[in-house]
Amino acid sequence: MEKRVTFKGWLLPMLLIAPQLIISAVFFFYPAGEAVWQSLFIPDPFGLSMQYVGLGNFEYLFSDPYYRASFLTTAVFSTLVTLVSMIPALFLAVLADRLVKGAGTYRTLLIWPYAVAPAVAGVLWLFMFNTRIGVVAFYLNQLGYDWNHVLNEHEAMGLVVVASAWGRISYNFLFYFAALQAVPKSVIEAAAIDGAHFWRRFFTIVLPLLSPTTFFLLVVNIVYAFFETFGVIHTITSGGPQQATTILVYKVYADGFVGQDLGSSAAQSVVLLVVVGILTVLQFKFVEKRVHY
Amino acid sequence: MADNRIEPPPGMVEKRGSALWLTHLLMIAGVLVIFFPIWLAFVASTHTQQEIAQAPMPVLPGSHLIENYTRALFSGVNVPVATMLMNSMVMALGIALGKIAISLLSAFAIVYFRFPGRRFFFWMIFLTLMLPVEVRIVPTYQVVAGFGLLNSYSGLILPLIASATATFLFRQFFLTVPDELAEAARVDGARPMRFFLDILLPMSRTNIAALFVILFIYGWNQYLWPLLITTNPEMNTIVMGLKQMFPSGDDIADWPVIMATSILAMVPPVIVVISMQKLFIRGLVDSEK
Repeated sequence: MEKRVTFKGWLLPMLLIAPQLIISAVFFFYPAGEAVWQSLFIPDPFGLSMQYVGLGNFEYLFSDPYYRASFLTTAVFSTLVTLVSMIPALFLAVLADRLVKGAGTYRTLLIWPYAVAPAVAGVLWLFMFNTRIGVVAFYLNQLGYDWNHVLNEHEAMGLVVVASAWGRISYNFLFYFAALQAVPKSVIEAAAIDGAHFWRRFFTIVLPLLSPTTFFLLVVNIVYAFFETFGVIHTITSGGPQQATTILVYKVYADGFVGQDLGSSAAQSVVLLVVVGILTVLQFKFVEKRVHY
Repeated sequence: MADNRIEPPPGMVEKRGSALWLTHLLMIAGVLVIFFPIWLAFVASTHTQQEIAQAPMPVLPGSHLIENYTRALFSGVNVPVATMLMNSMVMALGIALGKIAISLLSAFAIVYFRFPGRRFFFWMIFLTLMLPVEVRIVPTYQVVAGFGLLNSYSGLILPLIASATATFLFRQFFLTVPDELAEAARVDGARPMRFFLDILLPMSRTNIAALFVILFIYGWNQYLWPLLITTNPEMNTIVMGLKQMFPSGDDIADWPVIMATSILAMVPPVIVVISMQKLFIRGLVDSEK
């Protein structure tokens, strides 16, 4: 779509668009280009010179068992975060949708966690599961379960998944609730007259009608799990134990800033650029379909 | 919305009686489970260290609320939390207002002008979508360090300020503004900036407000970027400073102060979200399109 009526001149629009372009160039394109460039070199230990290694950093990266493990960790982590945040959200949205009165109040209460930063959510969950003073850890212990996410890899993963998914339940709830409210009531009533009871109506009519929203949320939540959960992991596990919760973004940070391995970190950035590219394309494909409600 | 829905006969689609109560009950249970971590943090922020350390900790608020919050706000662990709150506020407002300002201007240029390179610039802005700060941290850090912006508000704000989403949102909105308005402005001899300030800007009020809610929370909740560039505790934001309050090694964390800080860290974004709920939901749905 284009405007028919436009203003004349080219200097003014150039000036108007300049701030955004300058910031994009300086803080987005130049660093991204720099990442691609650096990924082709290995700096010497004193940072004085760079040696060109071609795709050497990438070869090294993909032969590194820790990096390959980090891919798997990221896949497991983002799948779990997506499921744990979407299923309860859908359930709560279905419940809220059945209420004529009070749905608004519940919505207000459920929005809260969305505003809580992932890093703060990490601290809240760490507090509950703290091995020394955590309430939940204490009661698990009473039940005979020895909780220790500092040592146990699966418990560490479980904890960062739940802490990451928690705030996202609000987000997914809002989208599902809006989508459910838009499902035509006539369709539901017609099915009810035909004798279909609640769960049957839900699985045969409502869920298929929600599929655009579900696809959209799938992509958005995967993007979230990949890129915005750094705060949760940094506060709760710092990637441990034995790198069991080191997702790709955490590894770029750990290798680049903590480990000072710039060549490898740059190569990892490039790999992530490709991943974001794919996810963005997916997101745009599903956006088209989502608009119908 | 639920309010103006015509109610069908009881028992058909909408449940009544026991089923209704069951729905409410499940809903309340869900809300309680989701709320529990926040409640527990609040409770912990009202007790002394001893009361918390004595497992299991109490689940009802204690009497040390004012003491703990005063201690957090004015002495903190590394730096008073009041300072971190201030830094977060500057960062969040800077990011939200900065993004809105530069996006409004560039969307105006793209929609209302024909100039060489317009299409190219549009795609350039689009591409920034694919470059979140998390994937370019080391080089971006080097750029910011090169400008001498470490430990500064500009360093916190500028690299996060370019936003394709906001630009697209305003572009989308400007495209729906009737052509007659621009036509009339042109006939009246109004210069483009007059038209922008007197007509377009007031019309965009709701969109600006909705976007502000989303962007304020985005800015407030940043973690990785402040972690990298604020090495001086005086410049820490509250969300990243929270983690720095934990002692390294085996010392016992000062839980009442840390939990009071967690609560303080969530109060501003929660107030923004709850008080501007309608706008927030609208902004959320719009900005994801």
